[in-house]
Amino acid sequence: MIAEIGHFALILALCVAMVQAVVPLMGARRGQASWMAVAEPASALQFLFIAVAFAALTNAYVTSDFSVMNVAQNSHTEKPMLYKVAGVWGNHEGSLLLWITILALFGFAVTLFGRNLPIGLKCRALAVQAMIAVGFLLFILLTSNPFARLEPPPLDGSGLNPMLQDPGLAFHPPFLYLGYVGFSMAFSFAIAALLEGRVDAAWARWVRPWTLAAWVFLTGGIILGSWWAYYTLGWGGWWFWDPVENASFMPWLAGTALLHSAIVVEKRDALKSWTILLAIVAFGFSLLGTFLVRSGVLTSVHAFATDPARGVFILLLLVLAVGGSFMLYAMRAPAMKMGGLFAPLSREGSLLLNNVLLSTGAATVLLGTLYPLIADALNLGKVTVGPPFFNSVFLPLMAPMAAMMAVGPMMAWKRGDLAGVLGRLKFVAAIALGAGLLVWFLQGGSAGPWWTGAGFALAVWLGLGTLVDLAERIGLIDAPAEALGRAARLPRSTWGMVLAHFGVAVFIIGLTASAAWTEERIQTQKIGETVMVGGYGVTLKAVNDVPGPNYMAHRATFEISRNGKVIDVMEPEKRVYRQPPRPITTAAIRSGIIGDLYVVIGDPDPAKDGHVTRLYFNPCIPWLWAGAGLLILGGTISLLDRRHRVGAPTRAHARGRRARA
Amino acid sequence: MTRKQRRLYFVLLGLATLGVAVALVLTAISDSLVYFYSPTDIVTQRLPEGRRMRVGGLVEAESLKKDGKTVTFKVTDVTNAIPVSYTGMLPDLFREGQGVVVEGRMEKDGVFQASEVLAKHDENYMPKEVADALKKSGQWNDGKQTHPSQPQ
Amino acid sequence: MKRALYLLPVAIFAAMALLFVKGLTMDPKAIPSVLIDRPVPEMALPPLPGRGEDTGLATRDLKGRVSLVNIYGSWCIACVQEHPYLMEYSKSGIVPIHGIDWRDDPVQGAAWLKKHGDPYDRVGVDPAPGRAAVDFGVTGAPESFIVDKNGIIRYKHIGPISPEVWNKTLLPIIRELQK
Repeated sequence: MIAEIGHFALILALCVAMVQAVVPLMGARRGQASWMAVAEPASALQFLFIAVAFAALTNAYVTSDFSVMNVAQNSHTEKPMLYKVAGVWGNHEGSLLLWITILALFGFAVTLFGRNLPIGLKCRALAVQAMIAVGFLLFILLTSNPFARLEPPPLDGSGLNPMLQDPGLAFHPPFLYLGYVGFSMAFSFAIAALLEGRVDAAWARWVRPWTLAAWVFLTGGIILGSWWAYYTLGWGGWWFWDPVENASFMPWLAGTALLHSAIVVEKRDALKSWTILLAIVAFGFSLLGTFLVRSGVLTSVHAFATDPARGVFILLLLVLAVGGSFMLYAMRAPAMKMGGLFAPLSREGSLLLNNVLLSTGAATVLLGTLYPLIADALNLGKVTVGPPFFNSVFLPLMAPMAAMMAVGPMMAWKRGDLAGVLGRLKFVAAIALGAGLLVWFLQGGSAGPWWTGAGFALAVWLGLGTLVDLAERIGLIDAPAEALGRAARLPRSTWGMVLAHFGVAVFIIGLTASAAWTEERIQTQKIGETVMVGGYGVTLKAVNDVPGPNYMAHRATFEISRNGKVIDVMEPEKRVYRQPPRPITTAAIRSGIIGDLYVVIGDPDPAKDGHVTRLYFNPCIPWLWAGAGLLILGGTISLLDRRHRVGAPTRAHARGRRARA
Repeated sequence: MTRKQRRLYFVLLGLATLGVAVALVLTAISDSLVYFYSPTDIVTQRLPEGRRMRVGGLVEAESLKKDGKTVTFKVTDVTNAIPVSYTGMLPDLFREGQGVVVEGRMEKDGVFQASEVLAKHDENYMPKEVADALKKSGQWNDGKQTHPSQPQ
Repeated sequence: MKRALYLLPVAIFAAMALLFVKGLTMDPKAIPSVLIDRPVPEMALPPLPGRGEDTGLATRDLKGRVSLVNIYGSWCIACVQEHPYLMEYSKSGIVPIHGIDWRDDPVQGAAWLKKHGDPYDRVGVDPAPGRAAVDFGVTGAPESFIVDKNGIIRYKHIGPISPEVWNKTLLPIIRELQK
């Protein structure tokens, strides 16, 4: 019964969304206030219905209602409660329902927080938001109904893929979708602006916080996925340039560019049509990601069960949403008031350079991701574009950007003094060069890859440069006594920028070190045998069978020693889940600032009376997580900036606050 | 700077970045493309030796042999099979009779030295390339009366 | 000139969309996706010669009760290995076992059953290239599929069935589906 309520709620939501997509738009065109007023209650109602549907499916999972086919296929009574809930979005149908729930939530948020938005812009944006909802609701109802019944119900479900029974992956999709769908806000407002034919600073002030929030979530989602891949896939890697990863990385790149170009729109009233285009592209990439992951056009190491019929539907959505928007853009953007050109050597000039590099980077990732498809379509053979392509194309484009990131924020608006800025950074440059050379010598010169020194120099340049910028802003050198007070008064968005840029520097260190100096030892280890890796002695002590809640684990016990002293015990497992019966490797990781000791147990090797073990020393991996953490923290702090607060675009702080309450 | 100069600057900036990107792509793509072949392609075509490639098919039944950390097995597309040697741990979902993709190089001794073995996360997985290759080999057999040796 | 620049995104996107359309058509449903938890594909396979009129295998035959569908061929060596067990399980009457004679000459397929014994309720012939079996998700022979009462494929076993596989894996699933 509850499942039917959920299904019915989805149909109602579709009806509401249809009204919301049409009536306010016509009202805005004709200037009829009563028609425009439909948008707000409609968005609330739509959210209500979709939330009911989502709750209904969650209820089916929590109560293990196997008469619902989706639950029977993806859940099991034995599963821990956390994964019963996570099971809701651990499959195609449920994840789409989560997608649309988040979309409706964002739409409702416009109504909730947007009291002081111009009514025309607001109701147009809500109408666009509803159009996306109509597309996805139709997609769910027509091809992917999560509430389909199974008659008679099986006694127990077939279980969730054990790969997904993991905290990292349980929360990876919601964050990712909050990011993907969050870009729909910028998209809807971009389309609304095109329809209105006007983009101004108020528009940018409204779009920026939403983009920033989406970007924070997307960053979190990507890094959770990466972290999960690192500790569960059992080969110590964290990024594979797999199509699915690229699908989430491309919107991130476009979103990062959008984040920066919106600043120029807000502060300098320039780059307007470019920003609109970016807003469309960022959401377009999100839709493209959904399409690539679910249609099966590309081969990926990890993908949803694919179905060409669904692929056709998403492609249709993609063409309508993105193609239509680009068309509208081509028609309307040329007529929009241009922002005027600015000086290349200025804050806005450097932000533009950032945008050019980020978009070019996104384009190369897109090309690399789609190349196998292009080659196949043109009968050039079946190819895979491996990580070497991305490393040798994408990274050289990002390196100058990272270098620029230290300089850009120190440039003044309108007319910057590049020579002056570089002069203030000359000590930083010297230290960075020194650090690079030091690293080069420590690795034994050409014994390691040539780019390690460059990577470290770049990281030190960016990290220290960002700190110098901060020190100057708070007058640490000129007036140290007042520095603390000034630091406290510094806008939160500035703190956010400093933290995020510093995070990138930290990330570069992790990236460089882990790519260059990973140590790997694969061997058959007997009980009692010690293998040295990364300066640690790793001794296999025992291998036991240990039952888990819904799996049986072969658990190995390793004793870790350093300089002859036992310092730790590590216990990696190889689990075989009961339902569905599937083996999973669980690595044991001992994290430190220098790096991670990463231990994996493999199959027994009867010939040599031991077990195959894989031991890694992955240098500076925690720096990656720390860097990403700083990006997220920076974004969040920036979101808390008063000027960024959602719903307070102009002078109306008080009203905005009341609206939020 | 005049307005004209500024515009020129931005156009040049865009073109320069694009140019650099295109140059990078062109130099990188020939080296980093990994072509996909079926075992039949490898047996019947003369492929450049030492080139990095992917071979997909099914792991032939009872062909898996382990010698410590080195494993050897055969990848078959139902028509032809090629021996593969791999050092390292096989993915959890690696099974005889299941679809697999190996990446590496063909050595002079006719053994494919794999540096990567990919089995998918989903145990019911068959990589698209493998499916296509099998399909192709199925068609390929149509006119012949010989019965292919089947996996398992 | 300037207008053309604004049309660039549409143009690029149109090219991409065309590529995707091509990509989707290159990926027809016929590729051997393993249809676990999906309905049995539509098929109506003819019977083996000399096995009676209505003994072929069609989609509707797999509805109404739990059944085991076994893929075999007279050319298949491992099939001989599992065959005695299939005979045994067929006699026990726990579950009807249907066969698909895959990529085989029907005459040889029938002769093979005469020689080794016939455990099957129904046998459908699916000669080369074996379209129906490919739709089923067959990657080789022998393979066995458990189909539930609603005609939904519930489990796929690759390789020969042994008493261990039967008792530990197949039988529990069959019993559960029969409840």
